[in-house]
Amino acid sequence: MDNQMKRRDFLKVMGAGTAALGAGAVGCAPKKDAKAASGSKEMEYRVNPRNGDKVSLLGYGCMRWPMVKDHDGRDVIDQETVNALVDHAYQNGVNYYDTSPAYLQGQSEAAAGIALSRYPRNTYYIATKLSNFGDNSWEGTRKMYEDSFGELRTDYFDYYLLHNIGGGGLPMFSRRYEENGAMEFLLKERERGRIRNLGFSFHGNQAAFDDFLKLDDKYHWDFVQIQMNYVDWRHADGFRNVNAEYLYEQLDKREIPITVMEPLQGGRLSRIPENVAARMKEREPDKSVASWAFRFVGSHPRILTVLSGMTYMEHLVDNLVTFTGFEYLTEEEMAFLEEMAVLMREYPTVDCNDCKYCMPCPYGLDIPEIFKHYNNCVNESKIAQSEAQEGFKKLRRQYLLSYDRAVPKLRQADHCTGCNQCVEHCPQSIRIPQELHRIDAYVEKLRQGLL
Amino acid sequence: MLRKIRIALAAVFFIAITLMFLDFTGTLHAWFSWMAKLQFLPAVLAANVGVIVLLCVVTLVFGRCYCSVICPLGVYQDIVSNLSGRRKGKKMRFTPSKEMKWLRYGVWALFVVAVIAGIHALVGLLAPYSTYGRFVQSVLAPLYQWGNNFFAWIARRAGGYAFYPKEVWLKSLPTLLAVVAMMVVITVLAWKNGRTYCNTVCPVGTTLSFLSRFAMFRPVIDTAKCKDCHACEKKCKAACIDIAAHKVDYSRCVDCFDCIDNCKFDAMKYRFAWGKQIPSPAAQVRNDSAEGAAEGAGRRAFVATSAFVLGSAALRAQEKKLDGGLADLVAKKQPERATRVVPFGSKSVKDFYKRCTACQLCVSACPNNVLRPSSDLAHFMQPEMSFERGYCRPECVKCSEVCPAGAIERITPEEKTALHVGVASVQRELCIVNRDGVQCNNCARHCPAGAIMMVPKEPGNPDSLKIPTVNESLCIGCGACENLCPSNPISAIRVNGLEQHIRN
Repeated sequence: MDNQMKRRDFLKVMGAGTAALGAGAVGCAPKKDAKAASGSKEMEYRVNPRNGDKVSLLGYGCMRWPMVKDHDGRDVIDQETVNALVDHAYQNGVNYYDTSPAYLQGQSEAAAGIALSRYPRNTYYIATKLSNFGDNSWEGTRKMYEDSFGELRTDYFDYYLLHNIGGGGLPMFSRRYEENGAMEFLLKERERGRIRNLGFSFHGNQAAFDDFLKLDDKYHWDFVQIQMNYVDWRHADGFRNVNAEYLYEQLDKREIPITVMEPLQGGRLSRIPENVAARMKEREPDKSVASWAFRFVGSHPRILTVLSGMTYMEHLVDNLVTFTGFEYLTEEEMAFLEEMAVLMREYPTVDCNDCKYCMPCPYGLDIPEIFKHYNNCVNESKIAQSEAQEGFKKLRRQYLLSYDRAVPKLRQADHCTGCNQCVEHCPQSIRIPQELHRIDAYVEKLRQGLL
Repeated sequence: MLRKIRIALAAVFFIAITLMFLDFTGTLHAWFSWMAKLQFLPAVLAANVGVIVLLCVVTLVFGRCYCSVICPLGVYQDIVSNLSGRRKGKKMRFTPSKEMKWLRYGVWALFVVAVIAGIHALVGLLAPYSTYGRFVQSVLAPLYQWGNNFFAWIARRAGGYAFYPKEVWLKSLPTLLAVVAMMVVITVLAWKNGRTYCNTVCPVGTTLSFLSRFAMFRPVIDTAKCKDCHACEKKCKAACIDIAAHKVDYSRCVDCFDCIDNCKFDAMKYRFAWGKQIPSPAAQVRNDSAEGAAEGAGRRAFVATSAFVLGSAALRAQEKKLDGGLADLVAKKQPERATRVVPFGSKSVKDFYKRCTACQLCVSACPNNVLRPSSDLAHFMQPEMSFERGYCRPECVKCSEVCPAGAIERITPEEKTALHVGVASVQRELCIVNRDGVQCNNCARHCPAGAIMMVPKEPGNPDSLKIPTVNESLCIGCGACENLCPSNPISAIRVNGLEQHIRN
């Protein structure tokens, strides 16, 4: 329903845009209208210095596609909507599509294959990954690799990533890719041309990253995918994650092309605290809050493409506005974003990017939804803090009711057993049980009226 | 005029009491719970001398106006009877009948024995206010809640917080069946013959009738003015006016004043008549055969009710949600308890059941889905606690605020912390620390009394996983541990009630 409402809003915007065009006011069509904008300006492309690939600066992340319930009540990808999204993206110049056999409970690759195979294979780039977190035997790994060709309906991958390395350092890397012979195999596949570019995606600390970069001498990474946004640029916690600035500089030194994930922290940088958002709107009233985050990443020259997991058409439309006739940030604007990042670290939000790698929780919790609800309340200043606060009763009621709406009672934080099974799966290295207990303690205080 | 005042007062009581049973937000209880405390039988069981004296004095002065104004079951029957009377040709449908003494005093005697002997199911079944309360709680409340949930759905769409959904669940199937059977009987009786139930079965009606015979004010027939038109007789839903003998049976008259309003000759007056014209028990009145038949139906219903009790087991809806990325949830099942758990504020299990009239006001007030009517025969329809859907939260004392019968005494949340109604025990083989080999301390983390201690699973090995144990002296029996235990469908920690509640 939410989705539909948003689509309706979108249609309204599109309608208005078309009307404006019809009236002959070509130059002043609303900025939201990507189709109108793309008439006069071009999608921003970056050329891969190593092979001349002309890649759109906006890449499509296929991890957050819309889901619907099938008749058995299971979540399945809404293929019809996915086709429409891909059509619109493709027609507006997006030519890089990033998926994985693990995404969306294993359904992402097939959906991408269906949507993309309707276009000539040499007009877009496919990136997928070796996501052998669970079964890293040679057989399982090989099967995962071969299956991806079938799912994606292709006989080569443009970009192939060792998925989410970093946690566990070199020993884990060795277990997943070296001891089972996968690395040797992949290098051969690269020579055969079935893999055009071989790289890895990274989440972890500085020591691990340095180790993987050293492996460049041995494996010759064609590209590396990192988490980069204006908050993680200088404010990663340093213990579990390393600053994106460091990652970027190291890769830049080696002239390794960079693809970027989480430019928006899983959407969190589009739902930032009210007063921070207001500062952005003050400067750029017509630009979305999210567009700042994309412009930040895109303004760095070593970036090949910025991946955005666009679920809804209005995400895509807004991003097309940003990346069509791309406007680089000035030094002053960069400094402004740094200031905003400092401000935002003051808020007690949880660094969850809603990737759902922690799921399913064996005890039934909906971990990402609990964090999302809490973060939204923090960012919208809807946290009831004390009885002395103005409007406390209303905030308290709102928090408790909206919590029940966002997360069914039996999946709420009070059911966390603290078993810690989720922790190793979290790319952001969030101490999930502790954070859940913190939120639960807050809710309990609200319920008991102890604030 | 008197009739209109009666109707207005009855409407106020009836609507307020009904709404109080329907409201699950706890807002109306604060305003109207005194109306429940004014009910006769709960007041007797609560030994609420003030209310008993008040009601006796009112009855002695004005007659059984209690039955026409305060008792919601009486007013319900008036409404049914009124609707029935709106049918064509049924305006003057009553005929006088003689007092059904054998049945009336028989039931009353049985009731008194049941109260003394502690046959709680029978006491609860016959209590008039409680019968109505059960009807609202079991039949109307789900409809009301579904209506509310519709508004909650709209509120959710609109992003507002005016309504929130209330879980609708079958609390006890035998209770529901018994309530429906009972209400069908009462409704049919009222539809046909008005106040038959009140004057033949209802033990409170019979008790009050001992006083109302001697009431100071009562409707009196002025034989000089009476033209023997029988209009009053035919309008008397208590069937207690005998115009042939010019007599009114004040033991059955409920002071509805319909006779006064309908007398064209001003022959019926409500006036001071103490010590005069006490009805002769030997008055010759025709027996109403229809009433006899209806009574038979009533008895059949009771038999049927008992059969339901014996034959039915509660069905619990399985809450299964298949959600792809989410683990399946297994619904909790009610465990066996060595001793049942009854609410904070009651003195002991025995005392609680001795006083409780099974009106369900506490059940409708419980926001945590803890209280429900029990299904077993000994305490049929009287509430008990269980923790499959929630636990007795530390900040909540709602049931103690509403109980009219003194079964749950009024407590504050502070006093609640010093009460012990049960004690938890751990079934170690079910605990996920043993079963899944993972660390879990959810029970300990949520225990409001700090009664759960985590100790090494292997004695003497401090590095082994920690397993919960209960410090019995601290456990209050609130069920937080049981409710939040990840072991399903049966929790690895369960609360057994304490026969005698402890205050410290």
